[in-house]
Amino acid sequence: MSKALDARPLADVQMARPASAVRRVRLEPTLVFGLLLLGVVVFVAIAAPMLTPYDPLEQRFTEAFLPPFSAGHILGTDNFGRDIWSRIAHSARLDLQIGLLSVLFPFLFGSLIGIATGYLGGKLDTAIMRIVDVLMAFPFLVLVIAIMSILGPGLTNLYIAVGAVGWIPYARITRGETLATRHLEYVLAARTIGCSSARIMRGHILPNVIAPALIYVFTGMVLAILTGATLSFLGLGPQPPTPEWGAMIAEGRQFLLLAWWMTTLPGLALLVVGVALSLIGDGLAENRGG
Amino acid sequence: MGRAAYIRRRLILMVLVLFGVTVVIFGMVRILPGDPAFLILGDRATDQKAAELREQLGLNRPVLEQYWLFVSGFARGDMGQSLLYRQPVGQLVLSRVPVSLALAAYAMALAAIITLFFGIVAAVNKGRWPDQLIRVGFLFALTTPNFWFGILLILLFGLTLHWFPVAGFGETGPEHIWYLFLPALTLALQLSAVLIRNLRSQIILTLRSDFVRTARAKGLSETLVLLRHVLRNALLSTVTIFGLQFGFLVGGTIVVETVFALPGTGQLLVQSIAARDYPVVQAITVVSAVLVIVVNLAVDLSYSFLDPRVTYE
Repeated sequence: MSKALDARPLADVQMARPASAVRRVRLEPTLVFGLLLLGVVVFVAIAAPMLTPYDPLEQRFTEAFLPPFSAGHILGTDNFGRDIWSRIAHSARLDLQIGLLSVLFPFLFGSLIGIATGYLGGKLDTAIMRIVDVLMAFPFLVLVIAIMSILGPGLTNLYIAVGAVGWIPYARITRGETLATRHLEYVLAARTIGCSSARIMRGHILPNVIAPALIYVFTGMVLAILTGATLSFLGLGPQPPTPEWGAMIAEGRQFLLLAWWMTTLPGLALLVVGVALSLIGDGLAENRGG
Repeated sequence: MGRAAYIRRRLILMVLVLFGVTVVIFGMVRILPGDPAFLILGDRATDQKAAELREQLGLNRPVLEQYWLFVSGFARGDMGQSLLYRQPVGQLVLSRVPVSLALAAYAMALAAIITLFFGIVAAVNKGRWPDQLIRVGFLFALTTPNFWFGILLILLFGLTLHWFPVAGFGETGPEHIWYLFLPALTLALQLSAVLIRNLRSQIILTLRSDFVRTARAKGLSETLVLLRHVLRNALLSTVTIFGLQFGFLVGGTIVVETVFALPGTGQLLVQSIAARDYPVVQAITVVSAVLVIVVNLAVDLSYSFLDPRVTYE
């Protein structure tokens, strides 16, 4: 009996939960185009070894500095004679991974914090918001670079550094939404029938406040990929010879006049991913009338 | 709450945040397992050198005393000794600040011009091709990595067309303006990408208000309506966002100074990290945080002077 009650909350409480944002998405042109573009990049990342006969690390000094559209090297080669298309394609894996992983944990952690502080309020809320104030006082890149300078260069440390600051927007977004939601009737109703705080936050608050945070994930991914590329451009990211777009741009800088393609092409790849993710974010935001 | 009470409350809050900032920076080296002296020395570490460094940085004193020395040193402008340059950190950082500030100010000026022009053109042509073009163009500007864009500008305007120098800061005033143009433009385009979106929607919103209809009805030319009535109101929130982007700008200067080899604090920061010159890294981090805090406060306060209707909660 009690189990049955537990499994089926009151009907009006359940009805008050709007369908999740994902189910109601209208296919805006920006969204469709962004998804297509991202699809291409993801395909290139997955199929990289099949799309090019060259090992991204293989050096052939006899074939150095070949311009784009050379025989066998569609995008040319770099100073070590490495195939640029192969390096760009393999690097797509790494950069997408950076975008995904450096957003995943901040998103989960930040949303959790935002919902908890927004719903529970009190000293926890005050304390965490003061921490947010302090971290927000630092310019994002300066703080990330300062953290990297202590942790040392490398991919894992990059995730830690970006994650240490990256949770803040999600916490702020979900906290604001939670503050607006916590006094709504269906939350009061749930509280009246004796739902625990944890259950209300999980079952009633979370589904209603998570959509804006999910939309921000795409902006966050653009920021994370650009930050990752910037850090490896500054020599703080994945170490050579690992193919990474930011590092490739840095390597090509010395040969700017000799081989413009070494810097230009990896930057274009970054641009494509950035535009794709921004368009998806914009398309989803338009869905919410934002 | 009146303005004075509001300012007082904000100042108290600012002191608290400053306290937090120093705790974060101070705690950063010490929170990690292992000996900070060895961490800073890296490959150069020997037992004797580590002991000397611990002594120099005061690492063998109690933590609270260390923190007090750190904060009181900062307050006096004594930020320790650079491990790489062997000179006082305060002097070193301060000698680089003017370049970075000039770059930031230049970028803001360019961004203001770009934003005003394209924001107005986009709003007035809402939905038509100039609007679409501007929106797409600045979407690209927003997602372009600024270090890459800077390199492209060097390649095109520096190395190919020879219009601008590719690196350095110049000697005289006019030379500075000429040398800093490409770096400032790199930052400004990205900054205006954020601002144009805002200004465009604000102008479109304001164009619908009653006072605009009145102004038009009494026969004012469209240009006058736009400049005197619409822009003045639409600019309000754009100016705020402009100020709040200062932190982003400070981050951007690090990258752009590295690309254009400008002798500013950003370049110093990157060099200091490579050399594990931790006192310098610490000082630059604190100085940039303080700058951002002060600018944000100034923006919030200026709001009440720009718009007399603003009340404080």
